[in-house]
Amino acid sequence: MATKITRREFLDQGSKGILLAATVPYFLQSNVSSAFAASSMGLQDYYDHFIVDESILKGIMSEALAYGGDYCDVFFQHKINNYIGLQDKAVNRAYSNVDFGVGIRVLKGVQTGYSFTEEITPKAMKLAAKTAATIANSSKQVDPVQFKLHTHPNYYPIETPWEDVPIDRKIPYLQEINEKVFAADKRIVKSNIWFSNETSYILFANSEGRLTYDYQPMGAISVNCTAEQDGKRESNGYTISGRNGIEFLTPKSIDRVVKEATRKTVDLFKAIKPEGGEMEVVLAAGSSGILLHEAIGHGMEADANRKEESIFSDKIGKPVAEKFVTIVDDGRDSNARGSINIDDEGNDTERTMLVEDGILRSYMHDRLSSRHYNLKPTGNGRRQSFRFSPLPRMRNTYMLPGPHTKEEIIGSVKKGLYAEYFTNGEVRIGPGDFTFYVKSGMLIEDGKLTSPVKDINIIGNGPQVLEDIVMVGDDLKISESGWNCGKGGQFVPVSMGLPTVKVSKITVGGVS
Amino acid sequence: MTNKERMALAEWAKDEALKRGADQTAVTISKDRSVEIEFRDKKVDKLVESTQNSLSLNIYVQNKYSSHSTNDLRKDSLAKFIEEAVSATKYLTEDEYRALPDPKFYPKEKPADFKILDPYYSRIESTDRMKWAEKIERATLAQSDKILSTTAGYSDVYFQTIKLHSNGFSGEKEGTSFSAGTEVTVKDGAGGRPSDWYYARSRFYKDLPDPETLAKEAVQRAVSKIGQKKIESGKYVMLVENRVSSRIIYGLLRPMFGESLQQKSSYLEGMLGKKIASEALTIIDDPFIEKGLGSRHFDSEGLAAKRRVMIDKGELKYYFIDNYYSKKLNMDPTTGSPSNLIIESGTRSREEMLKDIKKGIYVTSFIGGNSNPTTGDFSTGIIGHLVEDGKLVQPIHEMNITGNGKEFWKQLVEVGNDPYIYSSWRRPSMLFEGIDFSGL
Repeated sequence: MATKITRREFLDQGSKGILLAATVPYFLQSNVSSAFAASSMGLQDYYDHFIVDESILKGIMSEALAYGGDYCDVFFQHKINNYIGLQDKAVNRAYSNVDFGVGIRVLKGVQTGYSFTEEITPKAMKLAAKTAATIANSSKQVDPVQFKLHTHPNYYPIETPWEDVPIDRKIPYLQEINEKVFAADKRIVKSNIWFSNETSYILFANSEGRLTYDYQPMGAISVNCTAEQDGKRESNGYTISGRNGIEFLTPKSIDRVVKEATRKTVDLFKAIKPEGGEMEVVLAAGSSGILLHEAIGHGMEADANRKEESIFSDKIGKPVAEKFVTIVDDGRDSNARGSINIDDEGNDTERTMLVEDGILRSYMHDRLSSRHYNLKPTGNGRRQSFRFSPLPRMRNTYMLPGPHTKEEIIGSVKKGLYAEYFTNGEVRIGPGDFTFYVKSGMLIEDGKLTSPVKDINIIGNGPQVLEDIVMVGDDLKISESGWNCGKGGQFVPVSMGLPTVKVSKITVGGVS
Repeated sequence: MTNKERMALAEWAKDEALKRGADQTAVTISKDRSVEIEFRDKKVDKLVESTQNSLSLNIYVQNKYSSHSTNDLRKDSLAKFIEEAVSATKYLTEDEYRALPDPKFYPKEKPADFKILDPYYSRIESTDRMKWAEKIERATLAQSDKILSTTAGYSDVYFQTIKLHSNGFSGEKEGTSFSAGTEVTVKDGAGGRPSDWYYARSRFYKDLPDPETLAKEAVQRAVSKIGQKKIESGKYVMLVENRVSSRIIYGLLRPMFGESLQQKSSYLEGMLGKKIASEALTIIDDPFIEKGLGSRHFDSEGLAAKRRVMIDKGELKYYFIDNYYSKKLNMDPTTGSPSNLIIESGTRSREEMLKDIKKGIYVTSFIGGNSNPTTGDFSTGIIGHLVEDGKLVQPIHEMNITGNGKEFWKQLVEVGNDPYIYSSWRRPSMLFEGIDFSGL
């Protein structure tokens, strides 16, 4: 390992002496000295990393608040993404992206001024601060901010930071998975495998004196395959993703991603399209949590309620579901894709009760909405990157286990759908219309799973579907697949989960 | 940085990559400056102003390929970035199809001016932008007393891009785009809050519709949804409004891409020269439209732009083939990314088509849904109106359409004369027969 130098020295010296021609490159980790042991980095390391110190931060804030703004924050981020891909049996593509900069936000009441800069010189940062400050238009002398370091637990401990995983350690996993995919079923004709990892360093400070930092890792493996049978083709895939180090690839997880991807693909040859219309729907435990994300999650993000745009705007404290329905949004699940140690406004994360024993409890807040409602922040203020101002966003959204068993739930359905795998969903939070796309599932006839079904959309109304949840299983599962949630042009990683759940009536796409 | 300085930096980066061991490289450097304003409750709700830069590099080392981008353009950082990128590429597997495009596919003529840069851009002041957003909000609130919430927006972007390939291509591009519009939520008296939006986008500032028009379009759409319900499942005639038809067109384009074909995940494989849609459908990829949001002289790989009739009266003429998959498929490249996609217009207006519908559904919005490029299967949520005897009689929602692209595009009976001009996909309203709707 190279000797530790500060980032300022490092940048001044350019690449001299650090990298490591003798070792395999890390593809890519530009400007991260491998001297940083991510897990043990302290405040000074973050200062060095972003070439700032307390007095520079104070200077930015004085500028940001000089025109009458009543709050400001600065969000430094350095994010490194790496992807390698296998197609036609060869690891023949790799992509990487380095993103580095600082976002400066000024608030005046609920008004937001925002600017960012990719240059982290004090001059460029002050200019950005001044731009953000124009949301206000008076002038004001402000006292310098006194910072206090805020520490937080780590919900995503990892063994090996991605900076220490060179490309030649990743490639064999893809080759192994590819061989297993073709060995799993002779009908497989194509396999595409993606391996991606991300590392994000964040340093946050606000004018209330909070100073904090976080190190956010992410790893994902994704397998997509196409199979042929009797002149017909089908494609499907499976992903495992979380805030993990490379140790998430174990013999067990590799077998699972292979088995799920291949089985889900060849099963489609038997699949039919059901007759469309309203029917009973059973949602399988796991990624069916997409139901919660779309049917209630977005409508419970507080910005939409503050602006009176959500169908849930006037329902807090009211019964919205059966007593055995409890829905949470939690940022603390170990290594889950939607977990965050702190949100992107420096607030602690938590378990937020959206619905508790059937009663609508709490919205998910960012700073603006918690200010508006005069409530404690819930740690849901998130942003895609330093280029964006935060919004209330979900983390890991799921329903807690209920009183029924999977067997008794399926057994209770005369004619309906068992929905298992999903690709995407969408909601209109005003009227409450939401949909999700069922990639595959099964028909239920007389209490038994019969024909596989594929490629159908489900559409319903959020509050109505909550009322229509008539059974909840005891088998909660958090989805291990990768989900990206888009809102206001920003994507953030999330996860979701559900026990087996029965909805008494919902419209399923199909033929007539 | 000027485009000239950018080109000089690209030359340096190219040389650096070659010096480190790359056989070929392509460098792209771009900058964009954007300003975005949101207006609500009679004041600025959000003001975002920023400039961003990026450099991306495609690297070929002994038929091994990788691609990298960074926003840190300091030469010291870049030197290290390039060194790492080249040396890591060597660990990948050789792939005989990995190389820059054959120079014969690069543009030969001097670029024509498509008018994608509005010279007026530099004269727009921040107060002009605020006024735009403010006027839209005021106009919106004046439309109806049912409005619960509205946010008006204005944004503009100025961008510069240069590209340099080590085997002889260089090109540059400079342009502007402007966007303005509003989102509205209204009360329906039954607890629901229907919402809708209307946004326009253009290359020239003066081509944005006036605030009143934007406001009226958005509010009328939201108010017309009051009293939405779902109706019986069944086969209906479907008229799709021009501004939303891109969702279904996307399902037709996905299987037309080289990667889908080569990876055996296209239901359109082997269909070149065959009928894949009704006579009513002609799709043209036209890069040369004046002020077009997708106009260009070369595509993202440097391939010379060319006008192509992709689908001619229902017959598939070309696929979208990029450089890599053209080699793998042993076909000539076309382009891997559509430019301006023109769906050829028909003769009648949307109103005239609507008038002749005895019973059908007028779709004004799609929600969710997806399509499977391997098989053509699709299913998508819709919002719209029930049409009886040529009149909108009932707003509807919470319904799906489901089918397969192979049959669906043959059920297209007519296209309107109303291409949607605020997008690089200029598509008219489309009329289909016998579509499966699921509701009650």
